[in-house]
Amino acid sequence: MSDSSNIAMQNPANSKKMLVAMVGIGIISAFLIVLTYELTLPRVQRLKAEALEKAIFEVLPGTVSTQTFGVNTDGTLFKIEDENKPESTVYAGYDKDEKLVGYAVEAAGQGYADIIRIIYGYDPDEQILIGFQVLESKETPGLGDKIEKEEAFLNNFKDLDVSVSADGQLKNKVITVKQGEKQNAWEIDGITGATISSRAIGDIIGTSTMEVVPILHEDYKKGQNKMNSNEQR
Amino acid sequence: MSNDNSTTKEKVTSTDEFIKGLWRDNPVFVQVLGMCPVLAVSNTAENALAMGLATAFVLLMSNILVSLLRNFVPKQVRIASYILIIATFVTVTDYAIQAISVELHKSLGAFISLIVVNCLILSRAEAFASKNTIGRSILDALGMGFGFTLALFCLGAVREILGNGSIFNVPLFSEGYQSWIVMILPAGGFFTLALWLLIINAIQTRKVKS
Repeated sequence: MSDSSNIAMQNPANSKKMLVAMVGIGIISAFLIVLTYELTLPRVQRLKAEALEKAIFEVLPGTVSTQTFGVNTDGTLFKIEDENKPESTVYAGYDKDEKLVGYAVEAAGQGYADIIRIIYGYDPDEQILIGFQVLESKETPGLGDKIEKEEAFLNNFKDLDVSVSADGQLKNKVITVKQGEKQNAWEIDGITGATISSRAIGDIIGTSTMEVVPILHEDYKKGQNKMNSNEQR
Repeated sequence: MSNDNSTTKEKVTSTDEFIKGLWRDNPVFVQVLGMCPVLAVSNTAENALAMGLATAFVLLMSNILVSLLRNFVPKQVRIASYILIIATFVTVTDYAIQAISVELHKSLGAFISLIVVNCLILSRAEAFASKNTIGRSILDALGMGFGFTLALFCLGAVREILGNGSIFNVPLFSEGYQSWIVMILPAGGFFTLALWLLIINAIQTRKVKS
């Protein structure tokens, strides 16, 4: 009798204690997480910016300085000086004589595990892609992450045709084919064992180049005209 | 070796508390705990070391907090509170690794968040830290953490040498070396773990006999 009444009396106090314990630990946890987040944020952002800069130099060989551009809805480029970047961003790379090497374009899309973020280098003179790098991916280690490491795959992007036809559209959309079946200059040789991931890269680049490359091509032509007229003067 | 039974805590010296995790009760080779990261992230020596240290850090911090709060947390919600504490420190570690190196964060990827479900950490919280003083819990966590790191490194080093012909990304063999790719694939993890378990068990049985 006394036992059962004891339990009945203890119960409310006990659940209160449980609640206090859980809420207390929750508050400590929240505090710790927010503290670390705030402390590490500046450094993480700096490291990410550095990694991006390195990636731009990588996909546009010979670049020594860059200029960030945003893309207007009407298809023109505008310079960005501050940190607030819009959704789609283009980086122009210049060599030591201030001559344009090419454009680096950031793109993202669904991979096998999560969103894959990539950057590719576009050479407007030759109208080809000249470099490619994965910025962020959570693809399966050992399988899907071959898109970052496999040399044969990465070699696809050293000379990938993205030429623009007369009507201002891309002649051929970039696409991934099965490994060993690449026949045309705009096709990406896929990876056996990373089919979905390598196809995802093809999709991301295909979609992004369809949108951005005509704009860049237009911008480049205008830039050349300007330069020519400058020389004539 | 003969008095393996460490229930008589009072008699266990501090150094023993530390040493036991390294050898006698090694979390990987003897207790066979936390196999997911052991098999998955031990494909290179660098990854293995980073993963081991990250786990050791989470283990240390959670052991400290669990031990501090051991008289405050009611029995009924102890597991929930341990998981909350562990998850907190895993998130902290995640941010810290990102701040140290983006590259490292990229190569460890999803496995950092998976430290939450590493049964080694929960088992130390439940079996040790919730019943012992902070000092002992710290020693226990350090011993177990370094034992775990050591074991991961043993696996990672063997797999990287055989599978990639290098150690810490430094090539060991001449150009002609045909790397044994299966060793860095998941199957290689099982092979290497079995090999190490065989060696450790052989040594221990020999010790008991003599």
